Amino acid sequence: MEHILSLLIWLPVMGMVAIAFIPREKEDLIRTSAAVTTGTQFLVTLLLWSAFDSQDGSMQFKEWAEWIPSFNIAYHLGVDGLSLPMVILTGMLFFIGVFVSWNIKKAVKGYFALFLLLNTGVMGVFLSLDFFLFYIFWEVMLLPMYFLIGMWGGPQREYAAIKFFLYTLFGSVLMLVGILGLYFYCGKTFDILELTRVAPEALGGILWWGMSAIKVIWVLLFIGFAIKVPVFPFHTWLPLAHVEAPTAISVLLAGILLKLGVYGIIRVNYGLMPDGVYWFSTALALLGLINVVWGGLCALAQKDLKKLVAYSSVNHMGYSLIGMAAVVAAGEAHGLNMKAAQAGLGGAVFQMFNHGTISAMLFILVGVIYERAHHREIEGFGGLATQMPIYTGITAVAFFAGLGLPGLSGFISEAMCFIGAFPVYKGIVIASTIGILLNAAYFLWAFQRIFFGELNEKYSDLPEINRMELFTVVPLLIITLFLGIYPAPYLDIISSTMDSIINHVVSFATFASM
Amino acid sequence: MENIFIKYSLLILFLPLAAFVIQIFFGKRLPRQGDWVSIGAISTTLVLAITMFVAMIMKDDPDFYQEASFTWLDMGDFEIRLGFLVDNITVIMLLVVALISTCTHVFSTQYLKGDIRYSRYFAYLGLFTFSMNGIVLANNLMSMYMFWELVGVSSYLLIGHWFEKDSAANASKKAFLTNRVGDIGFFIGIMLIYNAIGSFAFSDIFDGVSSGLIAGSTLTLAGIGLFMGAMGKSSQFPLHIWLPDAMEGPTPVSALMHAATMVAAGVYLSVRIFPILTPDALLVVAYVGGFTALFAASIAITQTDIKKVLAYSTVSQLGYMILAVGTGVYTAAFFHLLTHAMFKANLFYGSGSVIHSMHHALHEKHDHETDPQDMHNMGGFKDRMPITYWSMLFSTLAIAGVPLFSGFLSKDAILAGTLSFAQHHPAHFLLPVFGFAAAAMTAFYMFRMMFLTFHGKPKMPDIIDDIHESPKEMTGPLILLGTLSLFIWYTLPYFNPMSTHGWFTDLVVPSDSVVPGNPSAQQIEEGAHHAHHLAMYISIAVAVLGIFLSWFTYIKKGLSAQAWTDRFGFLYDWSFNKYYFDENYDKYIYQPSFRLAERVAWIDWELYDRYFINGFGRLTNWASKVTGKFDFDVIDQFIVDGTGRMAALFGRKLKTIQTGKLQNYVLYVTAGIIILMVIQSF
Repeated sequence: MEHILSLLIWLPVMGMVAIAFIPREKEDLIRTSAAVTTGTQFLVTLLLWSAFDSQDGSMQFKEWAEWIPSFNIAYHLGVDGLSLPMVILTGMLFFIGVFVSWNIKKAVKGYFALFLLLNTGVMGVFLSLDFFLFYIFWEVMLLPMYFLIGMWGGPQREYAAIKFFLYTLFGSVLMLVGILGLYFYCGKTFDILELTRVAPEALGGILWWGMSAIKVIWVLLFIGFAIKVPVFPFHTWLPLAHVEAPTAISVLLAGILLKLGVYGIIRVNYGLMPDGVYWFSTALALLGLINVVWGGLCALAQKDLKKLVAYSSVNHMGYSLIGMAAVVAAGEAHGLNMKAAQAGLGGAVFQMFNHGTISAMLFILVGVIYERAHHREIEGFGGLATQMPIYTGITAVAFFAGLGLPGLSGFISEAMCFIGAFPVYKGIVIASTIGILLNAAYFLWAFQRIFFGELNEKYSDLPEINRMELFTVVPLLIITLFLGIYPAPYLDIISSTMDSIINHVVSFATFASM
Repeated sequence: MENIFIKYSLLILFLPLAAFVIQIFFGKRLPRQGDWVSIGAISTTLVLAITMFVAMIMKDDPDFYQEASFTWLDMGDFEIRLGFLVDNITVIMLLVVALISTCTHVFSTQYLKGDIRYSRYFAYLGLFTFSMNGIVLANNLMSMYMFWELVGVSSYLLIGHWFEKDSAANASKKAFLTNRVGDIGFFIGIMLIYNAIGSFAFSDIFDGVSSGLIAGSTLTLAGIGLFMGAMGKSSQFPLHIWLPDAMEGPTPVSALMHAATMVAAGVYLSVRIFPILTPDALLVVAYVGGFTALFAASIAITQTDIKKVLAYSTVSQLGYMILAVGTGVYTAAFFHLLTHAMFKANLFYGSGSVIHSMHHALHEKHDHETDPQDMHNMGGFKDRMPITYWSMLFSTLAIAGVPLFSGFLSKDAILAGTLSFAQHHPAHFLLPVFGFAAAAMTAFYMFRMMFLTFHGKPKMPDIIDDIHESPKEMTGPLILLGTLSLFIWYTLPYFNPMSTHGWFTDLVVPSDSVVPGNPSAQQIEEGAHHAHHLAMYISIAVAVLGIFLSWFTYIKKGLSAQAWTDRFGFLYDWSFNKYYFDENYDKYIYQPSFRLAERVAWIDWELYDRYFINGFGRLTNWASKVTGKFDFDVIDQFIVDGTGRMAALFGRKLKTIQTGKLQNYVLYVTAGIIILMVIQSF
């Protein structure tokens, strides 16, 4: 158990090395190796969960080793209630991703090698407690993603890949500047826990070109993370990348990589610059509103099903942003409303998990139909409900989850975000409830055009969803349903950590230090 | 005996869910496609509901109240508790749902015989019954909202049962989305209340309001927000547009959901939240309800589709109930909900029976063009379908408000309350006018429907011989519910057909509003009591007037409907076309919204992304080209290579002095020394 986190991070690299030694013709062996690697990793994440103490809101299973002592850089890992669910989700979605990728024909060896490298990058980001290490893993994700989209993607893959790469790199550069700013002003350390302790005071009162250093660094880091979320107006790489990426990569992109943005904001911005939260929260809620409305309207107008789902991510992450802004409710200015802060932040974090499972499901389902019909034009289908009843039923549940139907997990997290943010941002929350309608409108309209009406003659021999596809989507469906009916197991994991984040933000939150 | 209420409620809630799960996964493989599973589950809930009902009657306790709740979600300070609330209203409502649901299940075995998605249909009925019972049992706004949305889904699935038809698919989507508009208000209302009181439970909310945690305009807004949910579900103006379209669903579904139970959920919610509605909120409720009652009735008058008449009639009757809540007599609203559930479900079964028969008759003639629901193709069915006729006639008398029938009692209670309200607030004289005018129209159009369908000469004589009474699975519910349209069932143990006094009024007693400024339940009751006789006379008069006009027009032919139509052409067109609401919504709401969405998507993709974001790429590209050019042309070619070229030039020039001859070198050295000496001498 001592090095369980290292095991999680380096397992995929071991798998990658193993794959490197397998001859390229033995494609099934390569696939199986990838499945075994990610499967083992998934089991380890479950093991981690079972050993995790949910009452403890601080970092657990910490690992620390000297790395580059001259710059005070260390190999420092840890997991808490914020990262644990994401670690489990990562383990699961990469495992599922292998099976979603089973039909990849082109350069199988390279594909799975990069796939596993991506896995290491993602795991590393979630588990790093050293900012330098965090940044390294952040960049490690970028490279395999570039190739996975650029080589295995759709017709416009190269454009999409380069756009994704540059967009994200732009954010990374800003982030790097922010990290260095923190490093030099906070006692030359990259240690996130140490920074969480010292940064709020060390940065207080420092002015750069007449601006508070906290604000500058906050914005630099925020943009870096916002691009991943993606927050309007940094979102346009997403639809393109999703449309061009192979199904499994879309699944991972929506299911996990977007969450790194929200995760980063909470871990870094909230942890290191809690006073900035007060300064920025209104903007955060407003950006959330824009995401909800803009993403919803864009989704409504889409003709390509995958692009619709991509824009739905923009829309759904908006709820998360609104919920995050609710943390300030626990401050004195809002009457120490701990209820609202817990509902909001908990809702935001829950929403990122739920969106992870729901959007993964949606992308897999889009992949299923694309595999058969070789197109994704919503108007080009029609009447599939009679031809593919099981697929229709599963898609119906996934769509209903997407539109926030009670009984499915998305509802609870959205409702929590709203309820949490309401005491502080009444106007914004009321305006964003229009999302309740928009979500339903774009999902149901798409559903009608694909599945209802007379069966399109062209598709009268379309085969039903197969066992392998069912295997990838049903677990996600069960989780969505289970957490929708009984969310307690999830909330138990995050609850203590949420409290410590809220208390941390509240305890430092004064405008004076800025 | 003590705890059967909670235990039975649990069973009543989850049995239909179990049926749903079994049907979804195994329905197709079971014998008879598993309809017996659903019917078994649902009739068990009926038995349980009857047992609870009997227990309630035996208890005879107007204050009976039981609650059970559990923590569903807990984050420390923020927690959501869900739970049950069983009082007399709950028990009655559970019985209504179980009874109509059972009837619908039985009726459907014939009506949907041979349907391609027979087992799926029964599965959705189970899902619906589960969700509906969830609403009925909720002791808090959160689970109410959750089940609220779930009935929306079952409604979506059942309206879209024949989704091959575009009209059905459109109607199901429209129903869901229109309801969601209301639900936005519902959710905002919940947030306003939770923000002030910190709980979702009704009991906490009532306590919170009475202790003044939330008051004034916030409370009014919260009340109107919650009521918006009711407006969506109960199809109140201006969200009424979905219910008539919902008739695309199978007729038994219309009876169960879109007449008796689901659409009444809005009324049920209003009844539950009545104590926290402020006087201003109540006025909004009253006007919405009253106006809807009249408005929908005025549309029903001209409809020719038998189900559309009933649909608008339902909207109108729901308007009545909402009006009753608004004017303070909310127990009368619930009473009308009860009687209406019986007679309106029955009217739908009757129409289903007629349509079923028409369908078969037309099928015999291989006629697939004629609309089996158009009353202009019917007429003279009275003797062909006697059970259907008599049963429907009972229910029609009930809905028209004729004494001896159930509707008279409940409608009278509502109108008395409304009249009394106007007596106390003369400025709101329109409310009773809405009510009585709608009552007259109701009597008129319901008998118009009966006359056109069953009386007169057959309009399609060639099919009349093939019109037969429906099988017993369909006539059974008709007989049962037709009987339940009689007054006696609602006034026992008393036999006075003119008074609502009976077990219902003994057990469902209004409680005081917790909002300061509202009249007490006793004041309202006394007012209604005083207005009772006047209201009764007027309502009998308008009912008789309506029925007479209908008879005079359609049977006696003393008035020509055609002549009236011609004379008031534009009014007729308005009414016939439902005041062009669909067209205007389409023109001013849907289309602009889609255009907005398309515009936004265009800005996002074609403008912002292509020019702004990619602009950075192009800018960088351009800058890199410029720097590249500068780098190559200036730095590399000019400066770097220039240095090289200079060196080469010097090299070339200087190499000529390297002659290798010693004399030359001595000469250079000597010259150099001389130059140095010259320089030094300065």
